Amino acid sequence: MELTIGHFLVVGAILFTLGVFGIFMNRKNVIIILMSIELILLAVNLNLVAFSAFLGNITGQIYALMVLTVAAAEAAIGLAILVVYFRNRGTIAVEDINMMKG
Amino acid sequence: MNPSFPPEIVPLFMPAAAEIVLAAGILVLVLVGAFRGEKASAVVNMLATALLIVVAGILIMAPTETVVTFNGAFVADGFGRFMKVLVLLGSLAALLLSRDYLRRDNFDRFEYPILICIAALGMMTMIAANDLIGLYIGLELQNIALYVLATIHRDNARSSEAGLKYFVLSALSSGLLLYGASLVYGFTGSVSYPEIAQAVQGPQGLGVIFGLVFIIAGLAFKMSAVPFHMWTPDVYEGAPTPVTAFLSSAPKIAAMAMSIRILVEAFPGITREWQQIIAFISVASMLLGAFGAIGQANIKRMMAYSSIGNMGYGLVGIAAGTVEGMQGVAIYLAIYLAMTLGVFACIQGMRTENGRPELIADLAGLARTSPGRAMFFAALMFSLIGIPPLAGFFGKFYVFAAAVQAGLYWLAVIGFLTSVVSAVYYLRVIKVMYFDDPRGSFVPMAIGERVVLAVTGVFVLAFWLAPSPLRAAAGVAAKSLFAH
Repeated sequence: MELTIGHFLVVGAILFTLGVFGIFMNRKNVIIILMSIELILLAVNLNLVAFSAFLGNITGQIYALMVLTVAAAEAAIGLAILVVYFRNRGTIAVEDINMMKG
Repeated sequence: MNPSFPPEIVPLFMPAAAEIVLAAGILVLVLVGAFRGEKASAVVNMLATALLIVVAGILIMAPTETVVTFNGAFVADGFGRFMKVLVLLGSLAALLLSRDYLRRDNFDRFEYPILICIAALGMMTMIAANDLIGLYIGLELQNIALYVLATIHRDNARSSEAGLKYFVLSALSSGLLLYGASLVYGFTGSVSYPEIAQAVQGPQGLGVIFGLVFIIAGLAFKMSAVPFHMWTPDVYEGAPTPVTAFLSSAPKIAAMAMSIRILVEAFPGITREWQQIIAFISVASMLLGAFGAIGQANIKRMMAYSSIGNMGYGLVGIAAGTVEGMQGVAIYLAIYLAMTLGVFACIQGMRTENGRPELIADLAGLARTSPGRAMFFAALMFSLIGIPPLAGFFGKFYVFAAAVQAGLYWLAVIGFLTSVVSAVYYLRVIKVMYFDDPRGSFVPMAIGERVVLAVTGVFVLAFWLAPSPLRAAAGVAAKSLFAH
């Protein structure tokens, strides 16, 4: 079987869906949410690189590099916010993030 | 990259002068803060204010013609100029509002003004972006600064919860937007708006439409339009009030401007398709904004729903998809900026000897304890309802008129009806201020809050005397958008 662009897109779509579901289905731990966000960004990167190879156009790879860089910065900020939150509340369980509701 | 377009080795820097000055200024501010240590915050705040004024000056002085530079990644035009000036005004107001608040609540850090400047830089980049990469970089620069701003009161559990929620949902929305961008790139072969516009003409396959839907979902998140609004009330309530004022003003304008640019410049060929989506989220936002706010007791939460509704009214103009529509949105955003900043100056002024009450009921009898403030607050509320001759009326008038011209009568009718419904909660605030018995009085407002309230209050009250300069500026902005 030959690998086509379609295969890569399907893998990307599956990863993306897993990431989105990971954010909404998860009731346990905020760290899992951070992992899901990374999964979404990686699905995007896979898409971009696959398209880039398919189109013979380097823009997608540059885009993927930018996304990687920003994802690192975002993960750093996310973990920092999580630490601040943990200091205040002593928990990072998703079901406890409910001081404000409505 | 377009092959007929030889890559520039050294791009033109002048069109991006404002952004470059701002970026360099931010680095200087960081150094000043680092060298002067804990006591730097007053100096840095002053320098940041000066920096934003200088950058706004550069923008206003810049030549008006449209220039594309950095190999097509950056565009300087009338539309960008108008929106960037609004963003800078919002950031300036956020700095003015914050000075006293931060000192009193004991988290006076020099990082705060710097983060506001970084967020402003990100917003300017995303307004000026002419391709999907620039858009993403600008958006993330803004977002990362805003996550930290929402959490800046780090000893406060509610502030950190607001920051965490904002971070998770905003990162998710960036993911949606990026996924859409990757699909659009794959199915059109380019990330640059003009080239996407060339590829996207006539009926499209599922790939591009899917990509467009994901991009719009990401954008809707950023401007807190329904169905991606869930973060707004919680983040508004939890974040410190000056940060909430900032979140509800400048980033909304930047997100709106970015959406207009990408829809009009990259997808003019499928206007019919995106018009339907925008019209739907516009109606949903107006309805939720009107009905969601009615039951709220906390005034910051009420303003969160109000801002959702207001974004819905702005989207009416985008849904029209015409020059008049975009002109209407530009006017609407300018007026919305003034109204929301004025209201938040009032909310921040709700300070007693021993705390900061945030309930609408705490405003009871404000008309008797501080009549001037109550008058401005009431004027802002009437303006938010859209009562002529206050500024809010003109904002709604221009977007609804554009919708009617474009044949979207039903959209204008729904907008009108939801405005009437929203009067319920705006009038309740006025009723509490004027007809309830005072529960005790607030301490006098800080100087920054007074300045913001006075400027925005006078703007809202006196706009009808001279609406033409703003209308003309918005007209130039909208025309530049459709010129190429």
